Amino acid sequence: MKKVKSLVLAGLLAFAPALALNGPALAQDNAAVAAPAAGNESAAADSGANAAAPAAEAAPAAKVAAPTRMKPTEGIGMPRPGEITLQEQFSPTGRTGRWLHDVMLLPIITIISVFVLVLMLYVMVRFRRSANPVPSKTSHNTLIEVLWTVVPVVILLVIAVPSIGLLADQYKPAPKDAVTVKVTGYQWYWGYEYPDNGIPEFVSNLLPKDKAEANGEPYLLAPDNRLVLPVGRPIKLIITGADVIHAFAIPSLWVKMDAVPGRLNEKTFTIEKPGVYYGQCSELCGARHGFMPIAIEALPPAQFDQWILSQGGKPKGAADAAAQASAPAAAPAAKI
Amino acid sequence: MTTITADHHGEYAHEHHDADHKPAFFQRWFMSTNHKDIGTLYLIFAIIAGIIGGGISGLMRAELAQPGIQYLQTWAQFSDGPNATLDQAYHLWNVLITAHGLIMVFFMVMPAMIGGFGNWFVPIMIGAPDMAFPRMNNISFWLLIPAFVLLLGSTFVPGGTGNGAGTGWTVYAPLSTSGSAGPAVDMAILSLHIAGASSILGAINFITTILNMRAPGMTLHKMPLFVWSVLVTAFLLLLALPVLAAAITMLLTDRNFGTTFYDAAGGGDPELYQHLFWFFGHPEVYIMILPGFGIISQIVSTFSRKPVFGYLGMAYAMVAIGVVGFVVWAHHMFTTGMSVNVKMYFTAATMVIAVPTGIKIFSWIATIWGGSISFKTPMVWALGFIFLFTVGGVTGVVLANGGVDDVLHDTYYVVAHFHYVLSLGAVFGLFAGFYYWFPKMSGRMYNEFLGHLHFWVFFVGVNMLFFPMHFLGLSGMPRRYPDYPEAFAYWNKVASHGYEIMAAGMLIFFVNLIWSLAAGRKAEGNPWGEGATTLEWTLTSPPPFHQFETLPVVD
Repeated sequence: MKKVKSLVLAGLLAFAPALALNGPALAQDNAAVAAPAAGNESAAADSGANAAAPAAEAAPAAKVAAPTRMKPTEGIGMPRPGEITLQEQFSPTGRTGRWLHDVMLLPIITIISVFVLVLMLYVMVRFRRSANPVPSKTSHNTLIEVLWTVVPVVILLVIAVPSIGLLADQYKPAPKDAVTVKVTGYQWYWGYEYPDNGIPEFVSNLLPKDKAEANGEPYLLAPDNRLVLPVGRPIKLIITGADVIHAFAIPSLWVKMDAVPGRLNEKTFTIEKPGVYYGQCSELCGARHGFMPIAIEALPPAQFDQWILSQGGKPKGAADAAAQASAPAAAPAAKI
Repeated sequence: MTTITADHHGEYAHEHHDADHKPAFFQRWFMSTNHKDIGTLYLIFAIIAGIIGGGISGLMRAELAQPGIQYLQTWAQFSDGPNATLDQAYHLWNVLITAHGLIMVFFMVMPAMIGGFGNWFVPIMIGAPDMAFPRMNNISFWLLIPAFVLLLGSTFVPGGTGNGAGTGWTVYAPLSTSGSAGPAVDMAILSLHIAGASSILGAINFITTILNMRAPGMTLHKMPLFVWSVLVTAFLLLLALPVLAAAITMLLTDRNFGTTFYDAAGGGDPELYQHLFWFFGHPEVYIMILPGFGIISQIVSTFSRKPVFGYLGMAYAMVAIGVVGFVVWAHHMFTTGMSVNVKMYFTAATMVIAVPTGIKIFSWIATIWGGSISFKTPMVWALGFIFLFTVGGVTGVVLANGGVDDVLHDTYYVVAHFHYVLSLGAVFGLFAGFYYWFPKMSGRMYNEFLGHLHFWVFFVGVNMLFFPMHFLGLSGMPRRYPDYPEAFAYWNKVASHGYEIMAAGMLIFFVNLIWSLAAGRKAEGNPWGEGATTLEWTLTSPPPFHQFETLPVVD
């Protein structure tokens, strides 16, 4: 089996899309796809139907074709016109975060604001000069002063518990098999490198207005090359800046991390659904700060591996296997 | 002039020593040592800076009214010459946001609150004849002029992609070092140095005055809350500004002398600058709002005809806000890649500030409770302040959560939050104080109808301007963008219309100001009645040139 894999890496395209597939059904199952992807021994048997189609188109060369560029779904992974809420979330942290905001924080701050407003309207009507010509001289009330100190403390504690939980959640270290991408912010574009897959850095620039519209993509959110990531597998981004500070941000995945020159920041997350998720640079970085968009194309694992192969890289599980392979011929073959 | 000619010493009357003797024009206004005149100069300066800073925000709202670049390239021809490129136009955008921020913070709110009202009323409220160091007071003011000139001048010299400093008011390295070639950023940094020196001198003056020059019987715990607020503010200035000075001095040496304090390639760290900046920057936001708290306390008490509820709690809540304000700075840096423990600490510490702030809000309402309210213009502005500051405060609690900040950081939600606490908080405090003390300072009453009209138009305008920014931020619109995707168009359009209404409100203010100065009814010593209990209301309106030659005794 190991030899089969090496051959796949050498460019036998029929086997390629199937490499990490445990079967098409499982590929759709977001929760369970991550683990079996690497060590799947029965890969050759079932090339997934959906993954095989684009592969077949690439027949002429001994090279894997990239999956077709995914069309974004209107309103998913991007802001909606006139929207007044957070974007719909597609990562577990995002759902926790949005829950914290929508279910805890927003109601609490609304209630507090309305409470203050009602109190103010009441005193303004009740104690206007015509209704209350003689003012009281009360200037102390220990009980109420203690109350309005203690009650806010309690409210803050109620907020703090899930808030600290969310923080801890965001900082779960990435597992060993996480897909690692090095993200570099430049003035004014992004660079993406897949060190574990042997894909050298490629850059991602703003898509001009006419091209974005021709593609059916939102102008100023759409770049030419997307950051391609798998669904369901843990992802680890190593984020840095090349010249000044940028910030890598995807609102619908609850991701925002500064790209600081001289520092490697790490961000771990998992994407739950295939789709295109847009973001924009979120730290002032000079003239074209507003014109270096980000797009993540989240593919099912099989198609992700296919994409890796199409870029001349090797899927991580296969790479490990190749490294362990005892057959001396296998290793050089894998480098093609 | 009439008093001088009527004097029996004739035209040499200026040698006559008299409480109301005023020096000649140049000496009075350019070499002033009188706290009231210097206060007036500060207020005039702040109004001029406010017009410029507010005008810049008008330019920004015009450009943001619809998606696409409509005006920037035309404007860039003024700063970058007739052949301005699109990149220079984009750079001009960054120059505008930088100038708006710096002008409003350092040349509008601070001079008006501390220099203007602080100078005018702190000595009077504590029963002192003047500030402790009158000539230093004069220097404090006049340092602002070269600072402002440097900042405005920086717009016309190279600053990287185009002319002007386009670094944001935070001047983050390395955008402000290797990212901005040319003298513009140096000029802006020097401007901050000078404005900072001015503020430090002012702070020393206020602390000395308040601690040493209180009238007999005016103990610390009898001082009006406005004086307390200026005292706390002065300490914040004294402790925070030297850190800013250090941070931006290192920026200067990084830029010009080859040091690498903020450059990782030479062993430095860009994050160091952010820590230093926000160690100053967070107290700075309390510097801008605390005097407002003091003004609101005076006004609410005056127009409810009741003493301030929970005076000691109010005073020490401000002290607490000042102290805690120094240990929360890194909540401005939640996305820089801090460790989870640091993030947890700054989340918790930041939320703590909500407690003393809540005490203040509830104490104001309790002051009104049981009172006998007259809805004069200052009171209406104060009531507006209390509610809008609450709204700005609660969104601060949302942003305090490090985990939630991951999605809201550097979006319009943050812009909405700090404009609610500053543009609707501090500025409402400024207008409340201006209407409250206008009769005292000018000797004439403002027009009550125009004052109310100004309030309502401004209130509607700023809410329409800033409330939609919450929506833009939640749906992900980043700050400091000259152009945006189509989806953000709707609320941006609403916000720009809000600006138009706000601007109309400001026209009403200036009409009222000019009309009142020229033809307003003469104000008596205390136009507000029995609720106005602080010392300035025991004097004539305007007060004599030198007040309290015999110190008042407070019982």
